[in-house]
Amino acid sequence: MKRGKSLRMAALAAGLALVVAACSSTGGKKAAQSTEQAAASAGKANTPHLTIAMITHQQPGDTFWDIIRKGALAAAAKDNVTLKYSNDPDSTKEAVLIQDAVNAKVDGIAVTIPDPPALIPAIKQAVAAGIPVVAFNAGIDQWKESGALMYFGQDETVAGQAAGARATSEGFKHVLCVLQAQGQVQLESRCNGVQQTFKGQYTKLYVNGADQPSVRTTIAAKLKQDPSIDLVITLGAPIAQLAIQAVKDAGSSAKVATFDFNTQVPAEIENGQLQWAIDQQPYVEGYEAVDSLWLYITNGDTIGGGEAVKTGPFFVDKSNVAAVAKFAERGTR
Amino acid sequence: MSQTLDTASLQREPGVAPSTRTAFVRFLGRPETGALAGAIAVYLFFYAFAPAFRDASSFASVLYVSSTFGIPAVAVALLMIGGEFDLSAGVAVIAAALAASMFSYQLNTNMWIGVLVSFGIAMAIGFINGYLVVTTGIPSFLVTLGTFFMIQGLNLAVTKLITGNVATSDVSNMQGFHSAHEVFASTITVGGVALKVTLFWWIGFVLVGTWILRRTRVGNWIFAVGGSATSARAVGVPVKQVKVGLFMAVSFLTWFTGMHLLFNYNTIQSGNGIGNEFVYIISAVVGGCLLTGGYGSVVGAAIGALIFGMTNQGIVYAGWNPDWFKFFLGAILLAAILLNNWIRGRGEEANQ
Repeated sequence: MKRGKSLRMAALAAGLALVVAACSSTGGKKAAQSTEQAAASAGKANTPHLTIAMITHQQPGDTFWDIIRKGALAAAAKDNVTLKYSNDPDSTKEAVLIQDAVNAKVDGIAVTIPDPPALIPAIKQAVAAGIPVVAFNAGIDQWKESGALMYFGQDETVAGQAAGARATSEGFKHVLCVLQAQGQVQLESRCNGVQQTFKGQYTKLYVNGADQPSVRTTIAAKLKQDPSIDLVITLGAPIAQLAIQAVKDAGSSAKVATFDFNTQVPAEIENGQLQWAIDQQPYVEGYEAVDSLWLYITNGDTIGGGEAVKTGPFFVDKSNVAAVAKFAERGTR
Repeated sequence: MSQTLDTASLQREPGVAPSTRTAFVRFLGRPETGALAGAIAVYLFFYAFAPAFRDASSFASVLYVSSTFGIPAVAVALLMIGGEFDLSAGVAVIAAALAASMFSYQLNTNMWIGVLVSFGIAMAIGFINGYLVVTTGIPSFLVTLGTFFMIQGLNLAVTKLITGNVATSDVSNMQGFHSAHEVFASTITVGGVALKVTLFWWIGFVLVGTWILRRTRVGNWIFAVGGSATSARAVGVPVKQVKVGLFMAVSFLTWFTGMHLLFNYNTIQSGNGIGNEFVYIISAVVGGCLLTGGYGSVVGAAIGALIFGMTNQGIVYAGWNPDWFKFFLGAILLAAILLNNWIRGRGEEANQ
């Protein structure tokens, strides 16, 4: 018994010693902290306290949505607003969340409309209950029908068309559009937009976005199957990283370009691994959705003159990446 | 290990010198035989229809993706033979990777410390799964359904809490990353073809799993526990210990897979991994494990993972209309399983 105990103590001590001795002098949080900057913040409004519900179709754990939320929280902090965030990728459940917000008698609702037929009835109920609604990110074609006051976002088809046109002007012959969630309207619109304006050959590929090894190997497989592909367009920054690796795996000379942004994108543009990235400025979408409700409730203002306010497409490439990089690093771009 | 563990010797019972006919019949009756036929059929099918599939380097990438499913499937097969399910395995992979990455990054430790901490967390997850199943008597399907959601929630919430983002930071410039990358994610070139080290680990785990199942007392216990826990208990099998041990074995291999993801991809997205638990179970079942327990093999689960990997990649190599991808995937899996069943049926007929 005694021997066992002293052995355990010895093991514990050895373990602790190991931890102390095993600090990493490279990378890690300490290195990051020295470059970190405080996120944008300003004063606080002295208007009456408001509660705003933000309801989205976010899939849990997506870096893109995280940036939207950061923008929304920044506006909420400024405007003396309590933000109640909820999300569900299933549109029938998102409709229930909207109903919940109406029942809770919030002061305003910011909502995404990825599936208009399922969500517009719920939004109409909110409007009928006298709650101002602002739409953002998804639903650019049908947001007006819902009775929403304003819309902030990127027209995904227009963004896709911009990407296709740019690929054509850069002289690419065969584009592969990589879609990480089959059947998602937003993503399908992007690929369709690319197809509409790209003059060369167009191919689409579905991958399982929730599994890194299969994304990487599936893209590599496609590049091998069709070596004429010379540009891979991904619809999310994490997928772009895997596409860069897949191009290497397949021994292909294809270039990679992407929609959306994350902390790694600027470095990849700088070192030439990525051609360009299309930023739809999700921080602005989240920020404006909350801030415009505050303006409407406190001053009766609307933005956009009855039309959608477009937050993108904004191309980031070698020429302007330095200006954007510092914001991406702190996770707000 | 002094014994050679080639498949031919495993298909025979030890100490028996069978005639050619009975050996063939016994071969047909093995759980993995049908799966092997299915794998060969799927291979030939894509070999015929997908020119890019014929490349050695293409097949290396099929083997790689199969190994990432196949490694956890080794333990999932053992667990299923022992009569239990683990629905938390897919997200547990991500939990292990997140834990290692965030621990090392936040505390600025050598990556290997994070790897060890993550190992401890993984073992705790396996122990909790097993302990809840054996003490509450609730079916493991429900217990691990609960832990599946809990781990998924923890992955998202803890990552957000600690990093402020939903993905971990890049750890590739930290000390210990390079050596850990060598162990978990290096590439070995054999005859001009670049093979991921996970393939060799996978083969190793399959051999060890098969040895445990076929040649040790624990292996007999696993079959007994899965066949009937009550009668196993009656003849003195430590049922609870075996089951908890099996859940921890699953955790060990999900931890291993998580380490591969971390050191191969540098960053981990906290929402990943969902759905992979079914791929592991599919691998085991396509490979001949019964959903009811008490029957199956580790080699079979490996072949099942290979069928899944070949089908997934093969459809892309064939260049078929991507809108129909899932349909083709299902149809080819179903065809492979039908062939599997037909061959097993022949084996049982011949045995009677």
